Amino acid sequence: MMEVGLPHYLVVSAILLVLGIFGIFLNRKNVIVILMAIELILLAVNLNFVAFSAVHNDLAGQVMAMLVLTVAAAEAAIGLAIVVIYFRNRGSIQVEDVNLMKG
Amino acid sequence: MNWMLALPEIVLACCGLGILVFGVLRKQDSALICTMMTLGAFLIAGLLVLTGLPGIGYHGQFVSDSFSGFNKLLLLSGAALTAILSLDWNRQAGIARFEFPVLMLFAVVGMMVMTSASNLMTLYVGLELQSLALYVLAAFARDDLRSSEAGLKYFVLGGLASGLLLYGVSLVYGFSGTMDFHELRTLLAQPGNASPGVIVGVVFVLVGLAFKISAVPFHMWTPDVYEGAPTPVTVFFATAPKVAAMALMLRVMATTFGPLLASWQSLIVIVSIASMLLGAFAAIGQTNIKRLMAYSSIGHMGYALVGLAVGSPEGIRGVLVYMVIYVFMTAGTFGCIMAMRRKGQPVENISDLSGLGSNDPGLAMALAVFMFSLAGIPLMSGFFAKLYIFLAAVQGGLWTLAVVGVLTSVVGAFYYIRIIKIMYFDAPVEAFDRRPPALSFVVAATGLFTAFFFLFPAPVVDAAQLAAGAIFR
Repeated sequence: MMEVGLPHYLVVSAILLVLGIFGIFLNRKNVIVILMAIELILLAVNLNFVAFSAVHNDLAGQVMAMLVLTVAAAEAAIGLAIVVIYFRNRGSIQVEDVNLMKG
Repeated sequence: MNWMLALPEIVLACCGLGILVFGVLRKQDSALICTMMTLGAFLIAGLLVLTGLPGIGYHGQFVSDSFSGFNKLLLLSGAALTAILSLDWNRQAGIARFEFPVLMLFAVVGMMVMTSASNLMTLYVGLELQSLALYVLAAFARDDLRSSEAGLKYFVLGGLASGLLLYGVSLVYGFSGTMDFHELRTLLAQPGNASPGVIVGVVFVLVGLAFKISAVPFHMWTPDVYEGAPTPVTVFFATAPKVAAMALMLRVMATTFGPLLASWQSLIVIVSIASMLLGAFAAIGQTNIKRLMAYSSIGHMGYALVGLAVGSPEGIRGVLVYMVIYVFMTAGTFGCIMAMRRKGQPVENISDLSGLGSNDPGLAMALAVFMFSLAGIPLMSGFFAKLYIFLAAVQGGLWTLAVVGVLTSVVGAFYYIRIIKIMYFDAPVEAFDRRPPALSFVVAATGLFTAFFFLFPAPVVDAAQLAAGAIFR
């Protein structure tokens, strides 16, 4: 029976981070998917904080995780609001339609 | 615990809540009165910063010293200039809503927390308070497609940058065991403690901060957001947040991660050179003046980073002087851009400036001063900004940066001086509308500062010297 240690948490969190970054850059479909990718990045960070906090036996990491959760909620609210006004003006939230300004 | 240290932030945040409630409860249009109250709140906060005592409070989370005071005063004045400029523009654009000054105020609270951060937690909270308000501001003209697209782009890339910065913070915390700036510095001073994990974390933090100051290669959002956002928001983006992010970068990099200078110096050098080059060359082909200013600001951040790359108190002093001069000349330039309005509609093409020299000599003179200053022509303030930076670079032995900086300044001078040529030597087109008095006031004040800085550089330079000394203690 293998024991789950810090490296496992770090690897999972790194995979989540990479998935999130790729979700933003390779996604050609929908802006909502980008919002989900940003949440994924923040969750990867939270996993890191909690794992490190347990290893160091220090509460600061868990406090930070709570702060990140709070900020993530606010960020999602603002992101969705911006997506809504964008949809009202443009009539589409496809990523390839976000192209009015270039150069 | 000395909570008085954060008095300016607390007072400003309470004023913000008060103004918000006042604006919501008042039945009639309250944009003007809320902007005035916000200016009053900025003034009170500025006075509190001036009279505040130095010290560390909140269990080491928050520091108040002459470095934070210097930057707070600078970003408060940048925000105040923006608030004055926004009044007439927002009314004419039909977006004069009281939320505008309130959002600016909360963004400023976030920036003040950023400059006073003494712990990675405070850093993150301040940065997010600033960013969340700025996302909304970028999309403030909610019926305008370009503004909402600017908001969307800024939100997505800003969210990514915050995520990367946070990942860096988690790595630094995990591999060093602390988030306190002072403890980190003493810890990292012993070579054995600088594990690869910490260094990877530092690089992620650097990426997040480089995004906020729009340094290459994290500049992708800048031209689109500058062009798409309403012009008052663009002024705000170009002044106060840049000061706050640069202050944060100086404190985190030069002091907290200062012992790792050898690891991150080459990164800053590359980012700085790339920003200077892109700022000089990508601006040449632009026709929209707001977009041109975006590339110009990328270039200027490249110059300012030269001072950080040196990593010495002289370099930091150079960056601080640069930021003061940059804020005033950028606010003035955008004041001139806001005056570009025909039959009530804003125009943004460089060719619209044709013949401004004969249509409106005063405005043309002011814009010429700003363009010469942005280009770094001697006797204008922009020249001294670059002088202090390049002197520090040469003293620090970073000859490459100084040489690249001077060469890109010459290239940059081409497109700044082209604007002056269009204003004075091209055939006049229809004149602009009468400019509002508030705008003339801001342009005149910043223009006088820019043109006559060489007569009294001592107060600014001395204050910057003091501030730069404070973070190394």
